[in-house]
Amino acid sequence: MESFKKHTGSVAPLYQINIDTDQIIPKQFLKRIERTGFGEFLFNDWRFDNEGKPIKGFILNDPKYKKSSILAAGKNFGSGSSREHAAWALHDYGFRCILAPSFADIFYNNCFKIGLLPIQVDESQMEKIVNSSQINPNYQLTIDLDSQSIIEKDSNKKILFEINAFMKNCLLNGLDDIGLTLQHEEKIKKFEELH
Amino acid sequence: MSPKTMFQKIWDSHLVYEEPGQPSILYIDLHLIHEVTTPQAFEGLRISNRSVRRPDLTVATIDHNVPTTNRSLPIIDPIAKQQIETLRTNCREFDIELYDINHPRQGIVHVIAPELGFTQPGMTIVCGDSHTSTHGAFGAFALGIGTSEVEHVLATQTLRQYKPKTMKINVSGNLNFGITAKDLILSIINQIGVNGGTGYAIEYSGNAISELSMENRMTICNMSIEAGARAGMIAPDIVTFEYLRNKPQSPKENVFDLKIKEWENLKTDQGAHFDKEVNIDASTIEPMVTWGTNPGMVMSINEKIPSPDSFATINEQKAASKALEYMGLNAGDPLINLPINRVFIGSCTNSRIEDLRSAAKIAINNHVNDNVQAMVVPGSTEVKKQAESEGLDVIFKNAGFDWREAGCSMCLGMNPDILKPKQRCASTSNRNFEGRQGKDGRTHLLSPEMAAASAIAGCLVDVRNW
Ligand code: SF4
Repeated sequence: MESFKKHTGSVAPLYQINIDTDQIIPKQFLKRIERTGFGEFLFNDWRFDNEGKPIKGFILNDPKYKKSSILAAGKNFGSGSSREHAAWALHDYGFRCILAPSFADIFYNNCFKIGLLPIQVDESQMEKIVNSSQINPNYQLTIDLDSQSIIEKDSNKKILFEINAFMKNCLLNGLDDIGLTLQHEEKIKKFEELH
Repeated sequence: MSPKTMFQKIWDSHLVYEEPGQPSILYIDLHLIHEVTTPQAFEGLRISNRSVRRPDLTVATIDHNVPTTNRSLPIIDPIAKQQIETLRTNCREFDIELYDINHPRQGIVHVIAPELGFTQPGMTIVCGDSHTSTHGAFGAFALGIGTSEVEHVLATQTLRQYKPKTMKINVSGNLNFGITAKDLILSIINQIGVNGGTGYAIEYSGNAISELSMENRMTICNMSIEAGARAGMIAPDIVTFEYLRNKPQSPKENVFDLKIKEWENLKTDQGAHFDKEVNIDASTIEPMVTWGTNPGMVMSINEKIPSPDSFATINEQKAASKALEYMGLNAGDPLINLPINRVFIGSCTNSRIEDLRSAAKIAINNHVNDNVQAMVVPGSTEVKKQAESEGLDVIFKNAGFDWREAGCSMCLGMNPDILKPKQRCASTSNRNFEGRQGKDGRTHLLSPEMAAASAIAGCLVDVRNW
């Protein structure tokens, strides 16, 4: 699995609540059997009209935010379906980190499996980040997983975030969790013998 | 010994390994798979030279992509076809039982596993599909997982999980005439919010729950994910046991009664602690219909659409305005008498035999409104067969409903069954997200009875005045 250590990038503000996985990657793109190539369909129905032309006003169509690699979203991001395609699409598009006040469970888990870092940021901090990135498309943040901090590039101001130690370690080292579980294979066998 | 919740009992009995700070390793009793969320998982296995640890505990079906029209014709969509072929190849290669398109027991994964008796009390069940919560209706811990986790389960027959918190939703009082399990769960989501259940395994209890049939209990647990919950559960009881008796995969008659003894012990002990408790009065619930673009944007049919200003935060107000714009509705308007173009009776929420019986009761001797195209999509080929043996298909067809083959169909429109832009649909499914049933389509979630009555009236109606 791809690791995540430190990342610096600019922020795309998409500060809506309850953005569901059907919006992140609409169902018509779930038929592919590969893991890659979903980025071009990210937020398809918000990004493109029926003729496939970019819809003006949607943040990812604004040339100033084209290079953003950090997404600032509203609470309960990733609700809905279990489709890991949503995390794949965000990652494939170029996002490395999602900031939101809260995430849906399955989506949150899925991110860790592919090296995409979801960070829970409280609402007041989120609002500052969203405002700054709206005013300045070049507003940059450095996300340092090891020290669990979000650092504002210009001011050097730091926000600390919480993350589960095990998941952090897996992400820092790009550990394959199937491999980790198989280290306990004897215990799995034993369980099977007993049941 | 301190009293335990049902969830805790199942958790404890499936722990393979735990270490503080790490997600526990839980043994998985049943792994359900379908064509959409598995190709990349099998590919991962191949790349790492791993195999499927327990093909005997893995069951596959094809449901999301299947056409619901004539099955003898080839599938036109080449990408859908390839995805289906991929599942077939994977099942062959890894020796997994597949309920293929023409299998007499094919159907939506969450409909066929219970009706075949695969789903049993006390089990841990996973599927790469969020509505796996459905199976909790049998007193199982059942949850949806992503594709990487599917690969993990295929390779190890275990899942790494942090223990969820527990929530008890106690439903007292009785549901009034004309009020269904769908109205109850929509009302619960309305009360706790679309992320009210995040991080929790919910146990539904109380007399209003134990009086429900298995079909209705599945409707409740199915939509637990719409409140963000990791799982929904209902303690198994006589209703559960009688449902399971003589199902093809149920324990055979001679051990079945012993099994019941075991299953009876699953229920939450008196005095067990829940992290959160919610009380719901069933007697106050009215027929529920969604007005917005998530299942929490819901009201009773006789209310007026809420004003965005009535929401607490700016973000919620913005979300409500956006939803109203998408839905082509105005705050303060009623939903009753709102004209509709389409009706969809189906999905893993409401496509079981009881759902079809209830809808048929409304449809009998009536006719679908000229401005409405209505379809009934049974959840499984078995449901379809049962319905046909009871003559329900004839009732629907005579009333002008399309009678289809089993599958997910217009619940998410991965097959050709989709809404056209701006079409308004009364749907018994579980998600009214933007574009869910077709780009720019407008979905109103409601019960099968309400859907059937609305098809006939040509607009949203209150089924109690029917
Ligand atoms: S019927 Fe709808 S919700 Fe259920 S499994 Fe199929 S697509 Fe998912």
